[in-house]
Amino acid sequence: MIITQKKPAEELLAILSGVRKVALVGCGNCAAACQTGGEKELEEMKQFLEEQGFEVVGTVLPDECCHKMLVKRDLRALKDCGAEAIVGLACGDGVQTVADNIQLPVYPANNTMFLGQVERVGIFHEYCRMCGDCVLGETGGICPITKCAKSLVNGPCGGQKNGKCEVCPDNDCAWILIYNRLTAIGQTEKLGKTRKTKGYSGAYYPKHVNLREGKKA
Amino acid sequence: MSQLQKALESGRFAVTAEMAPPKGCDFSEQIEVAALLKDKVHGVNVTDMQSACLKASSLGLCIHLKQAGVEPILQITGRDRSRMAIMADVLSAASFGIDTVLALTGDHPVVGDCKDSKPVYDLDSVGILQMLSDMDETDCDCGGNPLSGGAPTLFKGASVTPVYDPLPLQINKLRQKVEAGARYIQTQGVFDRDSLCRFLEEVDRAGIRVPIMAGIIPLKSAGMARFMNENVPGIAVPEEMISRLDAAAAEGREKGVKGLPAQLGIEMAAEFIARIKDEKICPGVHIMAIGAERNVPAILEKAGVTI
Repeated sequence: MIITQKKPAEELLAILSGVRKVALVGCGNCAAACQTGGEKELEEMKQFLEEQGFEVVGTVLPDECCHKMLVKRDLRALKDCGAEAIVGLACGDGVQTVADNIQLPVYPANNTMFLGQVERVGIFHEYCRMCGDCVLGETGGICPITKCAKSLVNGPCGGQKNGKCEVCPDNDCAWILIYNRLTAIGQTEKLGKTRKTKGYSGAYYPKHVNLREGKKA
Repeated sequence: MSQLQKALESGRFAVTAEMAPPKGCDFSEQIEVAALLKDKVHGVNVTDMQSACLKASSLGLCIHLKQAGVEPILQITGRDRSRMAIMADVLSAASFGIDTVLALTGDHPVVGDCKDSKPVYDLDSVGILQMLSDMDETDCDCGGNPLSGGAPTLFKGASVTPVYDPLPLQINKLRQKVEAGARYIQTQGVFDRDSLCRFLEEVDRAGIRVPIMAGIIPLKSAGMARFMNENVPGIAVPEEMISRLDAAAAEGREKGVKGLPAQLGIEMAAEFIARIKDEKICPGVHIMAIGAERNVPAILEKAGVTI
């Protein structure tokens, strides 16, 4: 899931300076789960902006805000609403997808944090950095690109102390986790077989995936 | 040919020291220290923004040392430079006759003094070694393109942390470094024979064959030892040494004499080096004086080590 966090209210108000009439677009998928763009948050945002003197002239909640066709369809509800700007309560992908579909300024209400696991309601952890070249098969299903602060692919640096990372002592050393996991599943031989260098030619951006290539559209 | 390589291959007790470039563009202090180290050591590691604190570049001081007649060892971390930038620096170094390098992963910028700097880590220590080995083997750059005039011949090394839990993970990494082309190893600072020997036995048991130089940090005070124990990963100064440093400080206060703990630190370092040499525990030592490089000749003299 794409994990988002609300921007500080002052920052949002600063972005909206000079605007009076706004419409809100949320996201029924990730942002709803992150409590940054679901029904409740849209209602709260509407109330907050009205208290600040804005006129909220429309509210839309697409099932997912990163789906271009879906968002295009749902945004028809905002046609002729008179909004001068849109406030997007979604991830960066969702906000841009809204902008792709409407000729109005679109402003983000959230910061997009990471691709993460929902441990339980309201608790999220980063799990994948989307490097485009997955190494999990060699590392016991624990990602060194994400869970090691240096994304090391050949074992730990010298910076761990008591199993914790030098960068943030709240975090476990990824390579000790990997070592323990490989030991537990009987694959310690994989420790010596990690790739010496990981290439990044697959990590350029923006990337595209097209499953329709060669097929009829 | 690398002076360090010559020493290690000829079986002479190898000695290296370590220096940091200045935080600024005045290298006079470093050049002065270099004069003191000339003909006393087989090489001087030049740190690459150690502890992720900004300094002039390693390559810059390496060139100054070379010109002062001291053999530099170019430390290279993966923190700030991509594989292209690393290879470019190594090629420039080689043009100055700098042919001994040490590959490290590097401390993360957030533990240093320029926290907003973007961490690179395109390659880690193993990746740097492998890239340089591939360059040597193929005469090509990191993209597989031919290098004009071929690749320089380098003597490549790496570091290891003897006091580490879980140790098999550290031994495994050491093996990867050696397989990637490390021909000598310098250890993190070790302070007692037992820790060092325990580690060397494990290396031996793992069948890893590479010269391992013991890392020596001369202690300046009990406070420094305690600070390192608490804050520096892989450092374990025995309590007995800390007590001796405390006693030296108390004696100094009583007699009104300054510098007794540092003097004791020099003596303890010298004793340990002499023991490592006499008992043939390691084929050499790497002295990290952390700002007190002027003391290195005295330490070596007390240890009875000449090159």
